[in-house]
Amino acid sequence: MADKVKLERQAMCDRLAMEFEEGWIVNLGVGMPTLCSNYSDPSRDIINHSENGVVGYGPLAKEGEEDRHLVNAGGQHVTAQAGMAVVNHAESFMMIRGGMIDVTVMGAYEVAENGDFANWRIPGRKGGGIGGAMDLAACAKRVFIAMEHTTRDGKPKLLKKCTLPVTAPGVVKMVVTDLGLFEITPQGFKLVEHAPGWSPQEIQEQTEAKLIIQDDLKEFRFRS
Amino acid sequence: MDAAIADIPDGVTIFSPGFGGVGVPRNLLAALNRQGAKGLTAVSNNAGTVDELVDIGTLVEAGQIKKMICAFTATPHPSQVTPFTRMYNNDEIDAELVPQGTLAERLRIAAAGIGGFYTPTSVGTELAEGKEHREINGRIHVLEYPLPGDYGLIRAWKADKLGNLIFRLTQRNFNPLMAMAATTTIVEVENDIVEAGELDPDTIHVPGIYVDRLVRIPEDGIWD
Repeated sequence: MADKVKLERQAMCDRLAMEFEEGWIVNLGVGMPTLCSNYSDPSRDIINHSENGVVGYGPLAKEGEEDRHLVNAGGQHVTAQAGMAVVNHAESFMMIRGGMIDVTVMGAYEVAENGDFANWRIPGRKGGGIGGAMDLAACAKRVFIAMEHTTRDGKPKLLKKCTLPVTAPGVVKMVVTDLGLFEITPQGFKLVEHAPGWSPQEIQEQTEAKLIIQDDLKEFRFRS
Repeated sequence: MDAAIADIPDGVTIFSPGFGGVGVPRNLLAALNRQGAKGLTAVSNNAGTVDELVDIGTLVEAGQIKKMICAFTATPHPSQVTPFTRMYNNDEIDAELVPQGTLAERLRIAAAGIGGFYTPTSVGTELAEGKEHREINGRIHVLEYPLPGDYGLIRAWKADKLGNLIFRLTQRNFNPLMAMAATTTIVEVENDIVEAGELDPDTIHVPGIYVDRLVRIPEDGIWD
């Protein structure tokens, strides 16, 4: 068996980006999900949407080439791309609530086997950060989550039921962690691909929810 | 700049647009900070950032804001402590947390003279508790109300003497909505204010009928 490794964040986000299809309108959350934009596949074009009303923008701007009026959802300077369009914030969320976004990728503190997830408030801390997450979670066609498999203290994050206040109920379709790729099915989490060297049983031990493990389980797919 | 905001009294509601550091009316905010109005309610996407630039957080830190209405009442990482975070944790400032798309639409309908709207965003979360729910076309929605304001502080790229405004790229964000939803709209402009007729009517984002005061940002003003 291969050496047991945890997946790097870029590999995790590459894997989700492989699921994007030609012509999809994609909204990437701040932080780790942004790494999805480093995966490029010349066989298909996707359209980047950001909450601040820009659709069809290009890669991050190189240092010294930033346009001070053009940023993505994380406030990073991005480049203009042919065909880019800009709208105001209300129109940007018309696109989101109106069902134009094919997939949104976000981070999370917890995901439950029924597709609930929590990413806006942590216990012991007053207030929370919602931003556009609740609109995106409720209304994008698909919600993908990229997160570590366990907390820093080793507690599982793939749960039977969320313990934190949810961002939206029952919406998550796919989760990538540093241990593998998971689909949320009506029966719960299905382990689709495992990190190299990790047996399904070892991944189950790091997971509170019961994993569905079937014969079609594969090893994690890296970018070629 | 100081004259433009001189009459803003204590206790009113102000709008502060901007997203990712772009389109923030920093010169007007700096002037309002010098002017010293207190007990203000502020509507803004966030409650200030950890950088040194003037934003709504500058007024929060100065004790001028009694309540924030925003999409983030916590920073993305607990390590990022803003003046707002400190004051909120000590119960020295009040806040209402609103999903970003709901915030934008509440501003839009305040401008549009509409009494409310139903959105699927936040259904099934803590934020929907106590709000009217209604099933529309088979989906549960919550009722949200308009969010009007007394003074809108706006940052624009170009303007003419009648107050017609044009924004550049993602500078637009909340600016048009807040310009149209405020009773008194005060605009800082990045370019020389031109004569009526010099801007193409088809390119105007906010008609001048919404705008009350215009100030050209001085050379030594805040440009970032």
